[in-house]
Amino acid sequence: MIDEEGQARPAVTRRHVLGTGGAVTGTLLMAGLPRAATAAAPVQSDTEASDTSAPGALVDVTLNINGHPIPLRLDPRTTLLDALREHVALTGTKKGCDHGQCGACTVLLDGRRIDSCLTLAVMHDGQSITTIEGLTEGDALHPMQAAFVQHDGFQCGYCTSGQICSAVGMLAESQAGMPSYVTEDLSVPHPALTDAEIRERMSGNICRCAAYPNIVAAIKQAGGVGA
Amino acid sequence: MKAFTYQCASSAAQAAAVSAQPNTRIIAGGTNLLDLMKLEIETPVHLVDINRLDLARIEDTRDGGLRIGAMVRNSDLAADSRVRERYGVLSRALLAGASAQLRNKATTGGNLLQRTRCSYFYDITKPCNKRMPGSGCAALAGLNRMNAVLGGSDQCIAANPSDMSVAMRVLDARVETVDAAGKSRVIPIADFHRLPGTTPQIDTNLRPGELITAVTLPPPPPGRQIYRKIRDRASYAFALVSVAAVVDAVGSRIRSARIACGGLAPKPWRVAQAEAALTGASADTSSFDAATTAFLEGARGYGGNDFKIPLARRSISAVLTQITRT
Repeated sequence: MIDEEGQARPAVTRRHVLGTGGAVTGTLLMAGLPRAATAAAPVQSDTEASDTSAPGALVDVTLNINGHPIPLRLDPRTTLLDALREHVALTGTKKGCDHGQCGACTVLLDGRRIDSCLTLAVMHDGQSITTIEGLTEGDALHPMQAAFVQHDGFQCGYCTSGQICSAVGMLAESQAGMPSYVTEDLSVPHPALTDAEIRERMSGNICRCAAYPNIVAAIKQAGGVGA
Repeated sequence: MKAFTYQCASSAAQAAAVSAQPNTRIIAGGTNLLDLMKLEIETPVHLVDINRLDLARIEDTRDGGLRIGAMVRNSDLAADSRVRERYGVLSRALLAGASAQLRNKATTGGNLLQRTRCSYFYDITKPCNKRMPGSGCAALAGLNRMNAVLGGSDQCIAANPSDMSVAMRVLDARVETVDAAGKSRVIPIADFHRLPGTTPQIDTNLRPGELITAVTLPPPPPGRQIYRKIRDRASYAFALVSVAAVVDAVGSRIRSARIACGGLAPKPWRVAQAEAALTGASADTSSFDAATTAFLEGARGYGGNDFKIPLARRSISAVLTQITRT
């Protein structure tokens, strides 16, 4: 693998990491962290940024990924998605449409779900990013991951990491009382999470295999909704 | 994406000053700009990031309205208890737009500047006067199902895609800006977006080097508020027609009415004569017909979008029926 400065660095693949387990990047990949840690406030970075360099000049940025501060030197064009996949070798986050239409690239930014394809990594210096790899606690699956497995909330699996990250963010939004387009009474502080609410709130995640009924069931279980 | 340099703004005035330089763009949520940059429809050489500026507060104003910072995210604005209680039409419009992930990023100021989704604006192999002035308009005789039936010109029939702006229009919002000298200006939402005329490449009346800092809402108008969006699927799609209405009725008598529509024109569309036709009128089919006729005065289809005219007529009537139901 060649980085932007033309220097070779060890190729770290997911398979390699999973096989060796204890490698530094492996620790990053497999690291679980308390989900509360992802809600940390953004660090106010020095705003004296490099605006004098030539287009394409590399910019230093530190992303707090799954609880680990990761310093990176990036072309400003690098999306958060490409930074995660191509520079940090966290390939759990998927590139689907790359235009904010499919949700496969959903990650949590300071605990809130976003499409990582439509933001630049350099815009998030010091902020916390949680990817699908960061949802696990040690070897234990996150309850949302376990529920997707139990309810068969996927077929091909390509959209799944985005679906799961989105669902985790969605439950937090619901618990914070945020309404949706199908909320009948906006004055209700905490609208109930009905099937219709879940479907509307998850409409930014497309599943080509149409596993939607099982995705809804998984989310209801993980969210403790219904019986 | 073309290469560019990047800086974080240190103040709103500084961002405004830098944005006046050639080929420089402000980046806020980035959900529209980065999409366009990937397609090389937007090719800035310099980006000014305003995400670290203190522009994300929602504050009560002395007259009983709200001042919404330009960087308030669409999701936060929709969820704000004051907006939910007093400006339901705005909350509903915001929640009708995009997806939750995008609303968590998209900002109030950015939404006002959202560019058209006309398929020819997006297709860099086709003529488009908005993207490349003087190249022609492929939509006039092309696939124009999503395009405007009101307010277009022989050079451009692009529709404004925003839901939020339609609610802002019906609420008489005011756009606050700052320039490079730190001088502020207030632009009524009615005057913010432009019709294409002979300069379809210019979407708004913002001047070069002018930055949106806030949007101010006057106290909520009396009456019920509704936002109804008609689209090709139930969620996460742009409007074919959307209707924002605020109507104050006592029994079957309408005291005041405001109607704005999205999906129909290059800007949120509102017609004083349509509202006049309802003021003091009885809430019935004849007054609704008079209002919709006045609203759609001058509408014309271009083939693929002919359906929008009867769809708008029926949608406005349906909303008026619902909002005046006792």
